[in-house]
Amino acid sequence: MKLTRRDALLLTAGAAITASLPLPALAATPEDIDADIAAFTGGADVKEGGVEITAPEIAENGNTVPVEVSAPGATSILLLAAGNPNPGVATFNFGPLSAASEAKTRIRLAGTQDLIAVAKMADGSFAMSKRSVKVTIGGCGG
Amino acid sequence: MISRRDFLQAGVAASAILGGGVWTKVAAQQALTQDQLLEFDPLGNVTLIHITDIHAQLKPVYFREPSINLGVGEVNGLPPHVTGADFLKLFNMQPGTPEAYALTSEDFTSLAKGYGKMGGIDRCATVINAIRAERPEALLLDGGDTWQGSYTAEMTKGQDMVNVMNALKPDAMTAHWEFTFGKDRVDELIDELPFAFLGANIFDNEWDEPAYEPYKFFEQNGVKIAVIGQAFPYLPIANPRYMFETMSFGIREERVAEMVEEVREEGADLVVLLSHNGFDVDRKLAGRVDGIDVILTGHTHDALPEPLLVNDTLLIASGSNGKFISRLDLDVQNGEMKGFRHKLIPIFSDVIASDPAITALIDEQRAPHEDQLREVLGQTGSLLYRRGNFNGTWDDLICNALIEEREADIALSPGFRWGPSLLPGQDITREDLFNAVGMSYPKAYRSEMTGEFLHTILEDVADNLFNPDPYYQQGGDMVRVGGMGYSIDVTKPQGSRITNMTHLKTGDAIDPQKTYVVSGWASVNEATEGPPIWDVVESHIKRHGTVTVDPNKSVKVTGA
Repeated sequence: MKLTRRDALLLTAGAAITASLPLPALAATPEDIDADIAAFTGGADVKEGGVEITAPEIAENGNTVPVEVSAPGATSILLLAAGNPNPGVATFNFGPLSAASEAKTRIRLAGTQDLIAVAKMADGSFAMSKRSVKVTIGGCGG
Repeated sequence: MISRRDFLQAGVAASAILGGGVWTKVAAQQALTQDQLLEFDPLGNVTLIHITDIHAQLKPVYFREPSINLGVGEVNGLPPHVTGADFLKLFNMQPGTPEAYALTSEDFTSLAKGYGKMGGIDRCATVINAIRAERPEALLLDGGDTWQGSYTAEMTKGQDMVNVMNALKPDAMTAHWEFTFGKDRVDELIDELPFAFLGANIFDNEWDEPAYEPYKFFEQNGVKIAVIGQAFPYLPIANPRYMFETMSFGIREERVAEMVEEVREEGADLVVLLSHNGFDVDRKLAGRVDGIDVILTGHTHDALPEPLLVNDTLLIASGSNGKFISRLDLDVQNGEMKGFRHKLIPIFSDVIASDPAITALIDEQRAPHEDQLREVLGQTGSLLYRRGNFNGTWDDLICNALIEEREADIALSPGFRWGPSLLPGQDITREDLFNAVGMSYPKAYRSEMTGEFLHTILEDVADNLFNPDPYYQQGGDMVRVGGMGYSIDVTKPQGSRITNMTHLKTGDAIDPQKTYVVSGWASVNEATEGPPIWDVVESHIKRHGTVTVDPNKSVKVTGA
């Protein structure tokens, strides 16, 4: 029996890991990410920190990873999956009647990577946080 | 490597640490009595009894502690990442003493012959009863990995363990391997528990709602105690997700903090986290979440004779396989922990009397299976053990069996931390074999993998063990490899730790493009096919009669 790389992955670890080995050529480049952030901020300065990203440290299933972003007082939050072929996940806009500037979704991750959240605050300033989510083959825990 | 002085400074009060003193006395006398092992000067108003990671070992076993247990990053050289002579030095113990035998791998075979097997739930019962005689309200807390790891546990899907543990009357438990019997079976067995099954970090993954009770309140001498449960965070990753596919776990640090706040608001004087996170995860958690008084750690099978204090939180590590029980006495006044006294009680099975009622109950569980348990498959010429970061001899034997019986180039065996030891010259019974491989996804696959893919697997597993951030570790040991050697630099990032992969049969470097026949077991994939691993190893042992395992020098470790 000759297995393809894909079959081998399925054999050893289950479906989730097919997502763990993206072809490098398909992943977004740092320049792509910078461009996405610049498009959101219009090139304004971005302060590090101030956006809370809640996500598992290690994804249980790379195909559906729960992610929550929160930035009190933000009018808009951009969420990027920096290692995906298409890094843009969503831009959440919060109107004046929003109870809280937070949002929750589930996303697919092509492999271990950083999630990046950029928040536009009511005063027009920007804040950004990162969080690493690992997508693993697994199977050897103790 | 920190000094003993540094380590002891972590204590709430230097005088509170008496566990070591008792042991030194034992060592000096070179003779053990039950009274010495149980000797404890009671303190304060609260007593906690902790046992964890029993792995279904109802009877006494030999269990060799690791000779290599590396810590990376900030925890390099810190307990529990101290082994052998360094461990003895750190805790001021002498080689050849009972405590050296119980806690290290030094001179294991000869000490094992002298001091005998350890554990046995009937002996544990004697210790628990003795503590309760002194402190009737003492809480018995089980850290999980209780229901899996033996022939009878596998055949009864955990029923034997539930029957015996219920008789010990624990107050709460949390879980890990329990879920490898499937969620339905876990729920069925929970219905039979006369105590709490806790898991604050277990969620339904459709609605993201808590799936089990997060905590329970107890009272001892007027002290309100909240015990919060924390199940193994990486069950759906380290074990087959399809067995509990509606469940989500994770460390969920913010959830732990929320629970601590909630129980404090409800008036908890003492907050205890009954955890299956693994020691390094708990150490990090203790440093980041305020308000936890005690973390009873589990999962990584570490046994430490003294507590570690991090951010006013006591971390207790009580070993595995029934080898130890921790007793922790606390003085709690006005919602504050004022002092503690701790002892890691080693369960020397020839010294501590068995509780006759529990012995009878254990025998009852085993009776229907006695013929199977007793069947001698062969003998071992080598010490067989598993624990340690890299290949142990049990897994070398399993890998040899996979290569020979399944005609493979390369064999993979998972880095589990359970599995007792056998001494050279001992019979290998079916019970012994199941103690090393008994679990619910045993199929031994045979497939082809490229050299590149093998490298990816090794890198992936190495990162689960050697990621410098404990929250990204899963708490197992390195996957064990047969037929292939490699070098590993544990300090490198994922992707560049593993080099010099060599096909041992030919001496050639592993070619990334070439395919190799690989056999392994315990795949987390539902569609895995093959005979159960116990059949593969049994036929190998029977064919050889006596199995010996040569010293494995094929893994070169650097950076530690």
